[in-house]
Amino acid sequence: MSTKYAEAGQATRTTYVGQAIDRVDGPAKTTGQARFAAEYPYPDLAHAALVHATIARGRITAIDTEQALAVRGVIDVLTHVNAPAMKPAPKMSFLDLSSIASGTSVNYLATDEVHWNGQPIAVVVAETPETARYAASLVRPAYRVLPATVDFAAEEPNAAPEKGNPLMASRADKGDAHAALAAAPVSVDLTFSTPQHNHNAIEPHATTAVWDGDRLTLHEGAQNIPWLRKHVAQRFGVPETSVRVLSPFVGGGFGGKSRAWAGTLLAALAARATGRAVRLALTRAGVYHTVGGRTASTQRVALGADATGRLSALIHTSVSRTARIGGMPEPITAASHHLYAAPNIHLAQHNVQLDLLPNTFMRAPGESIGTFALESAVDELAWELGMDPIELRLRNEPDRNPVGGQRFTHRMLKEAYALGAERFGWRERDPRPGAMRDGRWLVGMGVATAFHPSMRMPAHVTVRLGADGTLVVRSGMHEMGMGTATVQAQIAADEMGVPLASVRVEYGDSDLPPGPGAIGSVQTASAAAGVIDACAKLKKSVLALARRAPGSPLHGRKLEELEARDGGLHHRGGGQGYTDILNAAGRDHLEAESKSNMLGFVARTVLDRRRRVKAATGAQFCEVRVDPDTMEVRVSRWLGVFDVGTVINARTAASQLRGGIVMGIGMALSEQTLIDGRDGRIMNPSLSEYHIPVHADIPRIDVLYLNEPDPTTPLGLLGIGEVGITGAAAAVANAVRHATGKRVLDLPITLDKLL
Amino acid sequence: MRPFAYVKPVDVEAALRAAAEPGAKFLGGGTNLVDLMREGIERPDTVVDVTGLPFDTVEELPDGGLRIGALVRNSALAADRRVRTRYPMLSQALLSGASPQLRNMATVGGNLLQRARCPYFYDHASACNKRRPGSGCDALEGFNRGCAILGVSQSCIAAHPSDLCVALAALDAVAEVRGADGTRRIPLTDFHRLPAGTPDIETELGPGELVTAVELPPLAIPSRYRKVRDRASYAFALVSVAAALEVRDGTVTQVRLALGGLAPKPWRAREAERILLGGPAGEASFRRAAEAELPAATTRPGNAFKAGLAVATTTATLRELNEGGAR
Repeated sequence: MSTKYAEAGQATRTTYVGQAIDRVDGPAKTTGQARFAAEYPYPDLAHAALVHATIARGRITAIDTEQALAVRGVIDVLTHVNAPAMKPAPKMSFLDLSSIASGTSVNYLATDEVHWNGQPIAVVVAETPETARYAASLVRPAYRVLPATVDFAAEEPNAAPEKGNPLMASRADKGDAHAALAAAPVSVDLTFSTPQHNHNAIEPHATTAVWDGDRLTLHEGAQNIPWLRKHVAQRFGVPETSVRVLSPFVGGGFGGKSRAWAGTLLAALAARATGRAVRLALTRAGVYHTVGGRTASTQRVALGADATGRLSALIHTSVSRTARIGGMPEPITAASHHLYAAPNIHLAQHNVQLDLLPNTFMRAPGESIGTFALESAVDELAWELGMDPIELRLRNEPDRNPVGGQRFTHRMLKEAYALGAERFGWRERDPRPGAMRDGRWLVGMGVATAFHPSMRMPAHVTVRLGADGTLVVRSGMHEMGMGTATVQAQIAADEMGVPLASVRVEYGDSDLPPGPGAIGSVQTASAAAGVIDACAKLKKSVLALARRAPGSPLHGRKLEELEARDGGLHHRGGGQGYTDILNAAGRDHLEAESKSNMLGFVARTVLDRRRRVKAATGAQFCEVRVDPDTMEVRVSRWLGVFDVGTVINARTAASQLRGGIVMGIGMALSEQTLIDGRDGRIMNPSLSEYHIPVHADIPRIDVLYLNEPDPTTPLGLLGIGEVGITGAAAAVANAVRHATGKRVLDLPITLDKLL
Repeated sequence: MRPFAYVKPVDVEAALRAAAEPGAKFLGGGTNLVDLMREGIERPDTVVDVTGLPFDTVEELPDGGLRIGALVRNSALAADRRVRTRYPMLSQALLSGASPQLRNMATVGGNLLQRARCPYFYDHASACNKRRPGSGCDALEGFNRGCAILGVSQSCIAAHPSDLCVALAALDAVAEVRGADGTRRIPLTDFHRLPAGTPDIETELGPGELVTAVELPPLAIPSRYRKVRDRASYAFALVSVAAALEVRDGTVTQVRLALGGLAPKPWRAREAERILLGGPAGEASFRRAAEAELPAATTRPGNAFKAGLAVATTTATLRELNEGGAR
C-alpha cells in the first residue's frame, strides 16, 4: 500500500492496519468492568436531580422549596435565590475553539430568567437518587410568562441569511442559477422539511463531580475533554490545571456530549455548594430538556437539466433554527458545494432564532438533512428525465469542485456506484414505479450519495517504549464505542513493528497529553498523525541510542534504510531488538512526543480547505417493502459502498458506518421531536414515544469499502464517524418513491403521508 | 418517586382488605403502574402486590373455552399451546405488544387496567382531564396523531393502548372480578368506559375490586390480529384489528371484529359484523363493512388518517382470513 509515509522512505509494513481486530476494550465492556461516569463510588456521594421550567420564556416570581427541603434525606435545594454564582459562559470565538463548549449562553441558577421550556431552574441534592427526584417534584415555581417564539414552521418565513464562518460557507453563487433554471427544458423545484431530532445515546448524560479545595474531578462521558475542562474551569474561576476530567468510556455521543450542558455544570455547582461528591445522572427526559438536538429545517432544491440529464442549474437554500441563547448554524447546503458539476449554482443558508434549547452537533449536522433534500431532488429529476438515477449522477460527476474549482484529493464515487450496482443487483430493478412485488408487498430500490468532509485537529501524543518491549501510547482521546484505543494500538504496533499485545493505549483523561475531540469525524486521523509522528521520533531516538553502543548491528545505519519489525529495527543484513538496544544503553525506557500548535493548525486547515476538497463519500443502496394496504414501510436490504480511504479496522469501521445508516433509517422513517407550538414543550421525551429504530426495523446492512488511501492523510485514512448517515434518508425516500410512486418531502416518512 | 407502603398479601381476602384502604392500588407486573408512579402520575399510598395470589394458571372450561388467571404473564399466555391453536388472534395480540422483557412481567389482569399513552397525560405541565379532572385537554389542539377517533369527547381523546384487550373484546371474553361484596362477571366489551365528561374514570371496577380471571368462550373459526404502527416493534398501535371469520360457500357465516388504537376502549365493531354476517365474503363487502363502522368518527388534522387506515387494515385482515393465509 502506498502512503505518504512509505513514500518518505520508511518502509512501514502493515501488519495490523486493515485487519478486523477485536476491540481491546471489548472484554471490559462485556464483563461490566468498564466504568461509566455514573458508576464511580465515593464514600460521601450525594445525588442530584434537576427541576425543569415548564414555560417557554418568562421570569420566576417565586420558587417554593420548603416541601422539598422537608423530605428526609434532602441535603440542599439550589435555586437562583441561593446558588453560588458561576461565571458567564464564554462567547463563541474561532480563536479559542474551546468556546464552542458553551452549549448555551445561560448562566444556570444565576437569574430568575427562563429561556426555554425545560431549562433547569433548581437542583435538589439528596442522599439517594430516588429522594432527589422525588423532592425535585415538590419544588413549586411561580412564573411571569413572557411572549415566546417557539414554532419553527411559523417563524421560518422570518429567517435571516447566515453569516458563515471559516469552516462553513453559508452561501455560494456561480453563474446565474435562477435564469438557468427558468431556461432549463427539464426541471424540478421541491420544498422539503425535516423535524428536530434529539440525542438518544444509550448512556444518558451523567456527571460525578468531586471538589477537593479548589481542585475539581469530573467523571463525565465527554467527546472533547480539553474543551470541557477549560469551560468548567472558566465557569468556576479556577485554573485549568485544577480541573481533571476522567472519561475512559462514553456510552455513545453522536455530538451530544461535545459541549458542557447544564447537568455537568450543575453537578459541579451542587458539589461545590454542598461540600459533597455529587452524581447527577439525567433522566431520559432530562436529556431532551437540557441537551440540544438537530435543527429542524425547510429546504428548497431546484434542479434544471437538458434532455440528456446534464445539469444546468442547482439551487439549494435552507432555513434552520438556532436559539436566542445559543446554537450554531448547521451546514445544510454543504454537500451541494461538492457533488454535481452544474455550471450555475446558487446555495444559501438562512436561520431563525427561537426561544428553545439551542441546537447542537448531531451526527453529520447539516449534511445529514441536506443530503436528504439534495439527493431526493436528484432522484426526482431522474424520474422527470426517465433516466436511471445512478446514470444521472454519473453524468454530472465533476472533475473539480463545482463551486470554487478546487482539486479533490480523492474522488471515487463512480467506482462506488459501479461496485454497489453490481453487488446490490441494481440491474434487476424494474424502473417503473410500483412494478416490483414480493407477494403483496410493493418493492422499491433507491440510491443516494453520501458525503462528509474530512478534517483534522491537533493531537498531542506521547509514545513510550519500555526496556521490557512494551509500548505505551498516551493521548487524551475519547472512546465512545468506535474503537479508538484499538485502532491507535494497531497503528502504533505497525509503526514500531511490535506485537499488538505489547501496545497499551491510555486515553480519556485530562492528565494525559490533550487528544483531538471526537467530533467532526476527526479523531482517528488526527490521533493517527500524532502517533505516526511520535513513533518516527521514537525510532530516531532508538537508533541514536543503538549507534552510540559499540558493536550494534545498526552502527552507521540511517533510519531510512531500516524497517521496524519483529520488535526492533532491521535492515537486510541484520538488526537489533528494542529491548537489546535499551538494555545495552542501560535505559529503562525511551519516550517521544508529537505536538502541534492549535492556532497554526486551524489556520493551515482553513487554507487547506480553500485549496482542495477532501471528503469521505459513498453510495447508499436501499430496498424497501411497502404494505399496499397500510403503507407501512420496512427497509428490507441495505448496501453502503464507501470511499473512506484506508480502512484501519474493518470490524469497528463497519460498525460505525452501519450505525450511521441505522440513524439515517430512523431519520427517514420515524424520528422526530414533537415540540408543542403553543409553549415550546417537548412532548415525546422518551424512547417509547421518540421512535428510534428497533432491531426489527433494521435488515442486514452490508458495508463495502473501496479501501484506496487518500494521498493527503495519515495512512490514507478518512474519518468515518458521520459519512454513514449522509444520503441514507434520501436512499429510503427514493426507494419509497420507486415502490409507491409517491415522493415524500417531509420527514419522517410515516405511513399517513403515503395513504 | 413518592414514598408509599408496600404489602404482599397471601390470600385474596387479605388483598381485598388491604385494597379497601383509601389510596391503595393493586400491583401486578408493574409494567405500567411503576412507570406511572415514577412519573408522579399514579400516587398510591399503598401498593398491594397481588402476584402471590393463586391466579396464575390457564384452565380448560367445560364448554371448550379457557379460564385465564389474572396473574398469568403475557409471555406465558402467548406461548400456551391452547391459546396458540384455538385463539391465534390472542397470541398474536400479546406478541405484538411491548418487548419480551415487558411481556415476561406484564399480567393479564394488569393489562385490562393499562392507562392511556397520550403525551399530555404523561406531561405534568400540560392540561389533561384524565390526569387532573377539570384542567382541560391539550391534545385537542396539540399532538394527537395517536389519539382516538371513535367514542371520544371534548374532555378526552386518548386512545386505549392495549393489544390484548382488543382481542379479548373480539372473543367475547368475560372478566371475573372480586370485591368486598363478592364476585361478579363483566363482559370485556363493557369493562372499559368511554370518557364522556369523566375521562379519569376508565373502567366499571368499583373501589377495591380485583380482577381475578378472564374467561374465553370457545372459538372454532380462524382468527388473526393485525397491528399497524410506526416501527416494526415496540410501538403502540395506530390501528389494530382483531378478527375471526368463517366463510361457507362464499357467505360469511361467523364473524368477530374489534378495533384498537381508534377509541378510548377496545372497540367491538358490531355494525361491521352486522353487515358482514350472512353477506358475501369479498374485498368490496369487507371494505363496505369496515367503512360502516366509522361514520361516527371524530377526527382532527393529526389523526384523520386513522379512519382510512382502519378501513384498509380491517379489509386486509378479513381478506387474509378469507384467503386462509393466516391461521
